[in-house]
Amino acid sequence: MPDQLLFAIEVSLNGLMAGVMYALVALGFVLIFKASGIFNYAQGVMALFAAMTLVGIQNGQVPFAHLINATFGTKIHHFGWEVPALAAILLTVVIMAAFAWAVNRYIFRHLVNQEPIILFMATIGLAYFLEGVADLMWGSEIKKLDVGLPQGINDWIDTTTFDAFGYGFFIDNLDIVATIIAALLVLGLVAFSQYTKEGRALRAVADDHQAALSVGISLNFIWVLVWSIAGFVALVAGIMWGTKSGVQFSLSLIALKALPVLMLGGFTSIPGAIVGGLIIGVGEKLFEFAIGAPYLGGATENWFAYVLALIFLVFRPQGLFGEKIIERV
Amino acid sequence: MLYREAGDFKTSYTADNQTFPIQFDRVGYWALLAVAVLVVPFIITDYWASSFLVPFLIYAIAALGLNILTGYCGQVSLGTGGFMAVGAYASYKLMTAFPWMDMFTVTILSGFITAAVGAAFGLPSLRIKGFYLAVATLAAQFFLVWMFNKVGWFYNYSASGQINAPERSVFGIIVTGPNTQAWAQYLFCLIFVIALAWIARNLTRGTVGRQWMAIRDMDIAAEIIGVNPLRAKLTAFAVSSFFVGISGALFFTVYLGAVEVGEVYGITKSFLVLFMIIIGGLGSIFGSFAGAAFLVLLPVVLKLVGVDLLGWPTDIVAHLNLVIVGALIIFFLVVEPHGLAQLWRLTKEKLRLWPFPH
Repeated sequence: MPDQLLFAIEVSLNGLMAGVMYALVALGFVLIFKASGIFNYAQGVMALFAAMTLVGIQNGQVPFAHLINATFGTKIHHFGWEVPALAAILLTVVIMAAFAWAVNRYIFRHLVNQEPIILFMATIGLAYFLEGVADLMWGSEIKKLDVGLPQGINDWIDTTTFDAFGYGFFIDNLDIVATIIAALLVLGLVAFSQYTKEGRALRAVADDHQAALSVGISLNFIWVLVWSIAGFVALVAGIMWGTKSGVQFSLSLIALKALPVLMLGGFTSIPGAIVGGLIIGVGEKLFEFAIGAPYLGGATENWFAYVLALIFLVFRPQGLFGEKIIERV
Repeated sequence: MLYREAGDFKTSYTADNQTFPIQFDRVGYWALLAVAVLVVPFIITDYWASSFLVPFLIYAIAALGLNILTGYCGQVSLGTGGFMAVGAYASYKLMTAFPWMDMFTVTILSGFITAAVGAAFGLPSLRIKGFYLAVATLAAQFFLVWMFNKVGWFYNYSASGQINAPERSVFGIIVTGPNTQAWAQYLFCLIFVIALAWIARNLTRGTVGRQWMAIRDMDIAAEIIGVNPLRAKLTAFAVSSFFVGISGALFFTVYLGAVEVGEVYGITKSFLVLFMIIIGGLGSIFGSFAGAAFLVLLPVVLKLVGVDLLGWPTDIVAHLNLVIVGALIIFFLVVEPHGLAQLWRLTKEKLRLWPFPH
């Protein structure tokens, strides 16, 4: 086989893996949007916050240490213990659930019946708030996240492909694990929404708020639940990205990348989020490989996803799997 | 009289339609202008110019522009930073290509160039609405910034990839470059602010403005009663980008002098200007100024209190700044979705009736 083609296949495979990551973030968006009509811009910052909290708990950092030191002139920074990964993850889930409750109690309960764009802007405010709190709580330096996920090149794929084509594919173990976990997560979510009482209530709310309310489903409970699930998805995404490239501010920017993914897939569709993520992931890697790097000077990954989504939307404004938009005066 | 309409009778439609129907407001407005033009330039210091007054004026222009698009025409844009970059690079190319050109011409021409670019990126708004459009404008933001970074022609192939404003003048007074006096910077920006605010005010209450608002309130209904959506949306994009382009040009030429595009005109700039109009008030000229003043002043005040008074490290204060801005945005959306401008309106209503509210 010609080398260029092999390269292209390897690039697409890596793109697929990156796409899984985008899809993970997009999934959190879709969940909240379906259940409450809120377009949650803070999803990326939630991933950052979750990852930072996880690292902080693991290392036994004192929350708000900098602030306390600055105010009282003390010099505390660590409790001096280390929490095992699993316990730390469980604690972080609890914190994310508490966060979900607080967000609903103090923000969105007051914004019921507001226009969607106002809700969107409120989540932008929330994103800034949460980012500031995360930095104040755990410090803003880049942190290493390690919960025992495998990393580095997958030797088996490398040697197998080398034997077959005379060229070894470079695929990160972490990406493979991420793909498996993402698949499990989606299966789990589907099972949850199909076979549990809460899941059915959740779908009822997504379908029609008022009808759900009238048959006795508590909207407040469902909203807290869905924000908690989104928080959990954010934690999973945060762990993946954090292990891959360290926990740092740029993590919250993947939220922006998830937006074109959603536009491609449609805001209300879970399969859409996944397919959209894969298309964007493969598309931007291939474009960079085929056109961006050789002819345009590289770094086209910054904008390719948005432009693709823009062009796509002009022809199909509701996205790939979105519901058809019907407008009335 | 203190804030009274009593005895202030209107005898013509012009008088009835004026911007400040109450005499107290009119007098206050002219007094404020007089102070801004005649007093401030003589007492301005470098610190005040660079930390508050000049950025305030420039952001006010950007906020006015975005408010026209988002507040009046209802098209949410996250591409403000990218369009500001267009203004900056247009002015840079004009300044270096035509060294004899005075800065007024340069800045206004950059505005027109940005308007053309903005109208082009506004075309998809005819098919795409709401959130989808907000995300589509991100394409403009990231693409433009990337382009200014990669294409050498835009930064004249300088080794650093930065652009630096050469020294240029208006009527013999230097307004750009390192030798600029604080008062010259301030006055130059102020002239633009006054002219553009006047234009914005009159556009938004005329035919065009009413079309924008009709599109904002319900685009299909507006189309049925005869508003041409193509014209209304594209004019909104063009006018808005004209304002934003001028502000971007001034930000580079007058305020910063040297710019690295990804840092200065990145996505954070788009959000900053969006926050200004949310906090100030969507669909309000006064709100654009209030929001700009608020968000420019907030970090300055926080730094004064946090760093200089309490002796906290700067990074903590920067994080607190984020927390406060975020909390304020949520607070405003919950308590008063129409921003500072609405608070001001309510105060005025109360003042009119005070001290006998019934």
